Amino acid sequence: MRQLCKGNVAIVKAAIMAGCRTYYGYPITPASEIAEYAALLIPQAGGTFVQAESEVSAINMVYGAASAGERVMTGSSGPGISLMQEGISYLASAELPCVIADIMRSGPGLGNISPEQSDYFAMTKGGGHGCYRNIVLAPSSVQEMASLTMLAFELADKYRNPAVLLADGFVGQMMEPLELEMIEPVIPEKPWAVKGTKETRQNLISSIHLTNDMMEEHIRKLEKKYIAIEAAECRWETYRAEDAEVLLVGYGIISRVLRSTVDLARQHGVKAGLFRPISLWPFPSKALAAAAKNVQKLMVVELSTGQMVEDVRLAVNGQKPVEFYGRMGGNVPSAEECQAELFARMEVLV
Amino acid sequence: MSEYKVTQSKAPVFFEYFDRKDENRHQTHYCPGCGHGVAHKLIAEALGDLGVQEDTIVVSPVGCSVFAYYYFNTGNVQAAHGRAPAVATALKRSNPKATVISYQGDGDLAAIGTAEIVHAANRGENITVFFVNNSIYGMTGGQMAPTTLVGQESTTSPWGRRPNNEGFPIKMSEMLATLEAPAYIERVALSDAKHILQARKAVHKALELQKQGAGFTMVEILSPCPTILKMEPVVARQWVHDVLTKHFPLGVFRDHKPEFTPVDVPQKPIAELLGITGSKLTEEEKHSRRQHTRAKTIKVAGFGGQGVLLLGQLIAEMGMREHMEVSWLPSYGPEMRSGSANCSVTLSHERIGAPVITRPEVLVAMNEPSLRKFGATVKTGGVILYNGRALPEDLHYEGVSVACIPASEIADQIGSARVANVIMLGALLEATDCLPFTTASHVLANFVKNQKLAEMNEKALAAGRDFLDKEILVGAVAGPDGCGE
Amino acid sequence: MAKGKVVVNQDECKGCGLCVESCPQKGMALREELNHYGVHPAQQVEDVCTGCGICYYVCPEPGAIVVYKVVAEAPRSEVLNAATV
Repeated sequence: MRQLCKGNVAIVKAAIMAGCRTYYGYPITPASEIAEYAALLIPQAGGTFVQAESEVSAINMVYGAASAGERVMTGSSGPGISLMQEGISYLASAELPCVIADIMRSGPGLGNISPEQSDYFAMTKGGGHGCYRNIVLAPSSVQEMASLTMLAFELADKYRNPAVLLADGFVGQMMEPLELEMIEPVIPEKPWAVKGTKETRQNLISSIHLTNDMMEEHIRKLEKKYIAIEAAECRWETYRAEDAEVLLVGYGIISRVLRSTVDLARQHGVKAGLFRPISLWPFPSKALAAAAKNVQKLMVVELSTGQMVEDVRLAVNGQKPVEFYGRMGGNVPSAEECQAELFARMEVLV
Repeated sequence: MSEYKVTQSKAPVFFEYFDRKDENRHQTHYCPGCGHGVAHKLIAEALGDLGVQEDTIVVSPVGCSVFAYYYFNTGNVQAAHGRAPAVATALKRSNPKATVISYQGDGDLAAIGTAEIVHAANRGENITVFFVNNSIYGMTGGQMAPTTLVGQESTTSPWGRRPNNEGFPIKMSEMLATLEAPAYIERVALSDAKHILQARKAVHKALELQKQGAGFTMVEILSPCPTILKMEPVVARQWVHDVLTKHFPLGVFRDHKPEFTPVDVPQKPIAELLGITGSKLTEEEKHSRRQHTRAKTIKVAGFGGQGVLLLGQLIAEMGMREHMEVSWLPSYGPEMRSGSANCSVTLSHERIGAPVITRPEVLVAMNEPSLRKFGATVKTGGVILYNGRALPEDLHYEGVSVACIPASEIADQIGSARVANVIMLGALLEATDCLPFTTASHVLANFVKNQKLAEMNEKALAAGRDFLDKEILVGAVAGPDGCGE
Repeated sequence: MAKGKVVVNQDECKGCGLCVESCPQKGMALREELNHYGVHPAQQVEDVCTGCGICYYVCPEPGAIVVYKVVAEAPRSEVLNAATV
């Protein structure tokens, strides 16, 4: 049966369903409910919750638990995510699976606690040092907060890589019906983990490769894995894109606004369609290029000054004009506003 | 005839050959006379004596001992600079039976990782920290450490450590001993044979205490760094004895288990914990239930404490129970802190697009500022429900129905100002017919466990409905198809 | 025959001299010759070893020094306590 649930709370419930019994975190608006509900629920499921002294410590506790082979997660928002970037770089290099929820707020700096989508670069391009990638999934509803959390754990384990749930403050704070079904999580064996046992005594978790050649070999190995992820794990959805002459592109909460914009635009005689990336890394470039093949124009809408739009431009590779409309500071455009912006950018078509 | 027997030799906790090392696999990477090797030997011997080699996890820091995993034939995890206590915290909690060691230098533990060590100690993590304090940064080539002595030269304190610029050397053992949780903290020195053997005992004791589950244990080991101090090994060791121990007195700073009563968390089955009940309804069942409902976009606004967010949640919960698509979005931004609150609720028969409502069909304004803020945003044909006897004289709304309900006054008469929001709910259901009253009763009964408040809620719901029933909506006709469609 | 003897691994020794300085019996010395790595490794030079083990503990290398004793193996702690007074 459905339960009315906050997006942030859905993450925790799904994590427990996915077999996560370990949470280390530090509270921050608008992600605090993740820590609060992890504190409430995970110990009742026999697990561990520790409120760390900082996000720096939290992510390193995640590093420790992931080293031990646990399904482990943390959650935060912009300023806290910035502090975690060091640890995320180490996790990626040491090939440790974990899930990090980033409930984006406005930045830079302390910014404010209202929703934005301005951590796209930090999460998809590698906010820490070195050549690495996070798997990044972008939910747009409470139900997806749950389903993509479970997927994030699965992908993290499958590829031994950090997986990020990148949602904005609205998706984190809103309540919608959530339908959960009991499942037995399938957690793969982790023979590489360090568990303080005879069997795992020879194991070493490390991100240091002292010689140039060893380091390069390690980076090449990671690169090979990232290429495999790019080939297998792109996710997206489209709405009325088949006959579209203009393609709207947005993720997270904006994809829902744009869905309404598509309908509005069509009521006004403009054949609009929607392309919504669900995985932000790997970015579904090929699928987007295919969806854009017959359109005259694309318009990307983001709660930022334009971050994902760079990947959209790379995907269409100069073949189509890509327009951009962004709102910041916690302002979320309405469907009507997006429609007006769209029409203003395509006078030729109308 | 007597025979020689081996009494001391390489501890079996060490690898026979250091294969993880790129070259010279038979000797360590440490400089001649370095204290790290001695500290490693004491730890390896204690682990062997305690019979815990197989259960042991060594967390290596950043610094000269970053390669501790070359040597210890145990589980090994290499951590970021200063973060070893955080990493060790999780390793231990995931593997409570393991012996977990956080091996750290002075820059790692007392500078960049100050927060991590203080809080691991303060939580009483059942780990053992070996803190090698040689008063200088070794691996990076002789920069100032947090434990560098006043007047001591380093590449980043070229005039000697000046208290007016760099402050004073930090005494970590003393500092951590002020905390409630640690079980054992001792400072020892690798300054001569006698003190090395004292250190040996301290290392053994700390690990033994961990095995017993005593809690946080730390041994601070004053150690020579001949290379960076530019001293012969023998002289460097003498310097530890003559100078370093004068500033960092040896001794036991803590040796008792913290006293407290553990609080256990009750366990619950997963389904119950996650609120998974009942089974899925078929699409037909959903459809038949939905027929008694109407799609609406609703904004509820007022002061914090008026139950604004809760009223929105009640409506969303009711919609969900009637198998509608619903969303509830709070204004969680700066307004949340400034005393006003609002939320958007969408009740729909289809997949909901944006949950943000800029032009609501229904506004429940719990106070005048909210009415002034959102009144004009209500869609033509929509409804404004205002908590007050009458609209302020200067406000007029074209094309929308307005009902003024003195909900706070009625709530007062019922017995609690807290039920004003439920009065507005009664009015809203009567005005819009979006959801059945029976559902409201059920949902309220679930939300409120207090019997007295539950009774007041029932009265409030009826009062809101009855009040609106008697009122004529200004500008439109009340009733099932009254507005908003 | 002395009560103990010390064998120094000539390749592992880094020639720091801590064992030489620490030996209560003054039985250790650095060799005149350089070893493979260009250091003067330590060795036992006088047949005065009591097998106390001090050289082993002050040596920073895990396996550079092996200590032998003729007596029936006593618990290590007893040996050490006796040696350090």
